[in-house]
Amino acid sequence: MTATTETERAPSSSGGRFGELSRWWNARSRPQQWGLLVPVAAIIYLLPVLNPPIITTEPATSFPIALFNAAVFALIAIGLNVVIGQAGLLDLGYVGFFAIGAYSAAVLSSPDSELGVRFPWLVIVPIAMVITMISGVILGTPTLRLRGDYLAIVTLGFGEIVRLLADNIDPLRGNRGFQDIARPGGTYPDGSPIFTQNDAQGFYWLAVTIVIIVLFLMGNLERSRVGRAWIAVREDEDAAELTGVPTYKFKIWAFAIGAAVGGLSGTLFAAQVGFVNNQRFDVTTSILYLAAVVLGGQGNKVGVVVGAFLVSYIPDRFQFEPEYRFLVFGLALIILMIFRPQGILGMRQHLLTYGRQAYQKLFGAGTGVAPTSLTPSSRPAGEPAEAVPDDRSGSRPQGGGE
Amino acid sequence: MTEGLLEAVEQMDAAERAEHEAAVAEKVAPDREIAVSAGETLLAVDGLTVRFGGLTALDDVSFDVKRGEILGLIGPNGAGKTTCFNIVTGVYRPTEGDIRLEGQSLARMKRYKIIQAGVARTFQNIRLFGAMTALENVVVGTDARHRTSVPGALLRLPRHRREEREAVDKAMALLEFVGIADRAADKATSLPYGDQRRLEIARALATEPKLLCLDEPAAGFSAIEKDALSELILKIRDDGYTVVLVEHDMRVVLGVTDRLVVLDFGRKIADGEPDAVRRDPAVVSAYLGTAVDE
Repeated sequence: MTATTETERAPSSSGGRFGELSRWWNARSRPQQWGLLVPVAAIIYLLPVLNPPIITTEPATSFPIALFNAAVFALIAIGLNVVIGQAGLLDLGYVGFFAIGAYSAAVLSSPDSELGVRFPWLVIVPIAMVITMISGVILGTPTLRLRGDYLAIVTLGFGEIVRLLADNIDPLRGNRGFQDIARPGGTYPDGSPIFTQNDAQGFYWLAVTIVIIVLFLMGNLERSRVGRAWIAVREDEDAAELTGVPTYKFKIWAFAIGAAVGGLSGTLFAAQVGFVNNQRFDVTTSILYLAAVVLGGQGNKVGVVVGAFLVSYIPDRFQFEPEYRFLVFGLALIILMIFRPQGILGMRQHLLTYGRQAYQKLFGAGTGVAPTSLTPSSRPAGEPAEAVPDDRSGSRPQGGGE
Repeated sequence: MTEGLLEAVEQMDAAERAEHEAAVAEKVAPDREIAVSAGETLLAVDGLTVRFGGLTALDDVSFDVKRGEILGLIGPNGAGKTTCFNIVTGVYRPTEGDIRLEGQSLARMKRYKIIQAGVARTFQNIRLFGAMTALENVVVGTDARHRTSVPGALLRLPRHRREEREAVDKAMALLEFVGIADRAADKATSLPYGDQRRLEIARALATEPKLLCLDEPAAGFSAIEKDALSELILKIRDDGYTVVLVEHDMRVVLGVTDRLVVLDFGRKIADGEPDAVRRDPAVVSAYLGTAVDE
């Protein structure tokens, strides 16, 4: 075995081009990864300034605004990914949390609000996140005893209830909405404000920064007992419970965290637009969020950011009629489900804080480290495998399995 | 190129390897306080009755599991063996009777609390977390003993980091202990069948059970694999665990168990040393049928 270890531990060549990419990425050391990430982040930050031709959405839509919308969409997708991608709970009413976040910002800062307070944006954000988090727990406590389709139906109802409340409760002002919602302060060195309604550049930078921070925190969760509990629930809830996972508790956490991120994106949106009314929060919006998560790759936080960017950016770039938006993404999803059911970047996430070190200790540092097997094995589970020894070196066609 | 642990083990001579294995077994051994001492009753099943509608799956079954033994729970198909496991691990609730671990009743306890209290099990039909690597599967088991929750993990507080480090260490040792360390980085579903069974055992052991319930671990195994499994079960017991084994294969059962409890149609028909039970007329007739005399 000693002679062949090198080839045996070479990662299986499955997962296509993106699998290849992810394997290459995983083989890099931490400093190498950072060395690549920093310039990428710099380019992302500079996009509205560079305003590159072909990529830009102008003249039809302001490019910074299109980018800001994409960043908010990415934030929403990250939150929804916790619920759907990681914990496997089909939530079709996620727009409800986005709406609660936006309305919290409106009620706490607009002069139209009957509350009569005008909190600054930075104060609003934590309050709105707590409110949405509580609403997530309130929704989750009775409904998370349900599974699968039943949960989907109840959450669908929740999204509609939030919208109808905005329609019908008088202080929430229905169609008239709230004007002049607080936006973050701060000025450029020359004294002009960073965050204005016309210039979304500052808002874009803020949103990207928030996305990066949230990605970082979600990564911490993923590589912990919490992330593992979510994946275990998604894979086999009963087996998880019988391995000592308090499944109910962690499902509630998934709902609460997803809701808080949804609320955060709502406050960002409300601040930039400066106006909130009851339009924009319908079921189809929820479905669009879901499409972003599925398109990008459920369970992969970077994947869903890519998915969200595409779902938000493509209509702005190519100027679809709103109706065609759904046609295009519907078709895209069908095609994707046929050729790449795991989504664009549908590779598994690592669930151990010290996994890299552990695998290196086991296999030796030079082997490129092996968290391999990104796609289901072609061999059905349960079939005794006689030809195991070179199983890992051979090509393992993707698909099949689950 | 740094040498990995597997290669290092490969190159050890016999003495070094024995020492290494002892170290692994030491790390795997349970280090929890168990209230009862060896040979005393760890789990007491007392007058257990389970009815599903009109069907009585278990009828007034009582037996004890002593700390440190391997108890075989056998009987023909449908005798109620798996139901018994399901009651002990809280999947079903008893209609009557009680089960006590170290005197503490499990009958009304939540399922994950039962696991945390010290009962672990494997499944007749393998139920691993398919999207996780073998190592991650085992770490989920160790999580049963962890206290980190969302705030600790979000901010990577010291306790979280300590738990993570210890968990990976322990999980690695467990994979080595059951003999599949070279599969640590592979996805659970890509493991061969036999290794999946071993992985389930490793995951169950990771919860540091006081009592390990194995539900037909030899199902679908070849004769050679069965012998290897028997060896593993004995090794687990020798490492300080108590085992209840449901198994059909008599070679495995008679090879490892210290005591047998025989169920038939939900009733206990025999309880004792394997050799005595094997000759018990009630057991023989349950397995082979009785002569019809007019």
